[in-house]
Amino acid sequence: MTKSISTSRVGNNAAMGLALDVLLISAGIAAYFLFPDNLGFLTRVLIMIIMVLSLDLVLGYAGIATLGHAALFGTGAYAAGLFAVYISGDPLLGLGVGAAAGGVIAFFSGLILMRAHGLTLLMLSIAVAQVLQEIVNKERPVTGGSDGLQGIDMDPVLGIFAFDFFGRTGYWYALIVLFVVFFFLKIVVASPFGLAARGIQESAPRMRAIGTPVYWRLVGIYTLAGAVAGIAGALSAQVTELVSLDALGFTLSAEALIMLILGGLGRLYGAFFGTIIFMTVHHTAASIDPFNWLFVIGALVLLVVYFVPEGLLGLPEKLRKHLRWGG
Amino acid sequence: MSVGLEVENLNMNFGGIVVARDINFDLRPGDRKALIGPNGAGKTTFANLLTGILTPSSGTIRLDGQDIGHLKESRRVKAGVAKTFQITTLFKRMSVRENIRLPVLERRGESRNWFGRADANAEVEDEIDTLLTQFNLQPSAEVQVQDLAYGQQRLVEMALTLALKPRILILDEPSAGVPSSDSHVVTEAIERLPEDLSVLIIEHDMKLVFKVANTIVVLVDGAILTEGTPAEISKDQQVRDLYLGARHGR
Repeated sequence: MTKSISTSRVGNNAAMGLALDVLLISAGIAAYFLFPDNLGFLTRVLIMIIMVLSLDLVLGYAGIATLGHAALFGTGAYAAGLFAVYISGDPLLGLGVGAAAGGVIAFFSGLILMRAHGLTLLMLSIAVAQVLQEIVNKERPVTGGSDGLQGIDMDPVLGIFAFDFFGRTGYWYALIVLFVVFFFLKIVVASPFGLAARGIQESAPRMRAIGTPVYWRLVGIYTLAGAVAGIAGALSAQVTELVSLDALGFTLSAEALIMLILGGLGRLYGAFFGTIIFMTVHHTAASIDPFNWLFVIGALVLLVVYFVPEGLLGLPEKLRKHLRWGG
Repeated sequence: MSVGLEVENLNMNFGGIVVARDINFDLRPGDRKALIGPNGAGKTTFANLLTGILTPSSGTIRLDGQDIGHLKESRRVKAGVAKTFQITTLFKRMSVRENIRLPVLERRGESRNWFGRADANAEVEDEIDTLLTQFNLQPSAEVQVQDLAYGQQRLVEMALTLALKPRILILDEPSAGVPSSDSHVVTEAIERLPEDLSVLIIEHDMKLVFKVANTIVVLVDGAILTEGTPAEISKDQQVRDLYLGARHGR
């Protein structure tokens, strides 16, 4: 009896997940045709979703509180950019380099960060990003310093699809990479590794008591998230053919966190909804009032945190409960 | 031949405060030992020294003749020493089934796998079902732990720890927080534990202690005062004066 209930619930969740996946892919394809003049903006949204997915893995699943995720994004961006300038303009190789660079910096910074908790961890994560930003700023001959890394010239994707002025190739490229990353992360979070990450978030002392080397597991999760953020950074460098110091900036880390909180932590899908809403509101509000657009974002975050602390993904459940009580 | 857990001259102090004094202790396969003593006697500290949560100032801890005193907590669990917590530290937003799945996967060395669903291994799921049945938790298998009554959470705590297939099981106040009307559920669960498992029970509920323990160790001020069968301990005037007093036979 219990097993059949369990099986049907798992089946329902899988069906709902599949429906959402189809919806998201369809929306991604439709957006290309509906907004052909905004492909640059839409591509930035796709890249940001990858970044927020990475943050969700770290914060939403493993409970690692960080405000320095841009360190991983920026490292991937500079690594892929430098690779394109000095070695090869092949986009897929560049993505690999970005992922490796993000993963390596996450591993080494994670060795220190994962020993800390709470406020100390927050401060250290900010410090790592700031240190990297300053290093990049000082190494002007190589990185371009505050002028940004220029001279990136990408080869066609797979030797066939050249990056164009209107951003068509960039959009499809980013869309495909996003869904490859997303489906990979879906597999990871449903795996024993993903369950253990949730276990660490719920109760690290208990995980130690069942024999889990919590510290090394956290370093592993952070490294994986670093590789994903590195891919986002590399994509950004390849599509825009420019990397600026902002790629390592605090604002990027903070905005990614707000997007995740808006969408909902620990469900991957939250990264899609949070990022799309944040960036759309930002884009629209900033074009209407370039000076006061932050008020709109602030109000949105306040409303969500106050009324739906689980994020926008929790809204249907909240409404369902409300209607049940009301009815 | 298996010799179980042996502790020799174990000492621990926090600065000037001594919390474990020259403790000599053993736990043989199949033992049901209870550790009793007044609040602040150092019972939980002793358990934490055995499991590696705390590091002793001096002394040795051996499991089947192997020194495990230098091992970290997670390594000691893998060696076969597991403990339940005085205050439940379960994965509250996970279902009962998921709570038990975690230690099973960890014990089997599968929790590092990035691929394959966590719930797709039939052997793991069968093992979880066996534990759920053993602790009468099958009807609540899919319920989030935070929605269970506290007594049931204590059972999940035990099932979760038993999923590690330990050789030494330390139960730190297994009936703490359980209404006295339901404490028989915990007692029955302890009685159903595998016979060859060595069990150390830290408990204030003397009814439970005298029902399940075959040896009782009395700890006072971090040192072992005496050790004996329940009958011997209940007659020991020193123990009655210091601890049992009004408790036993209440």
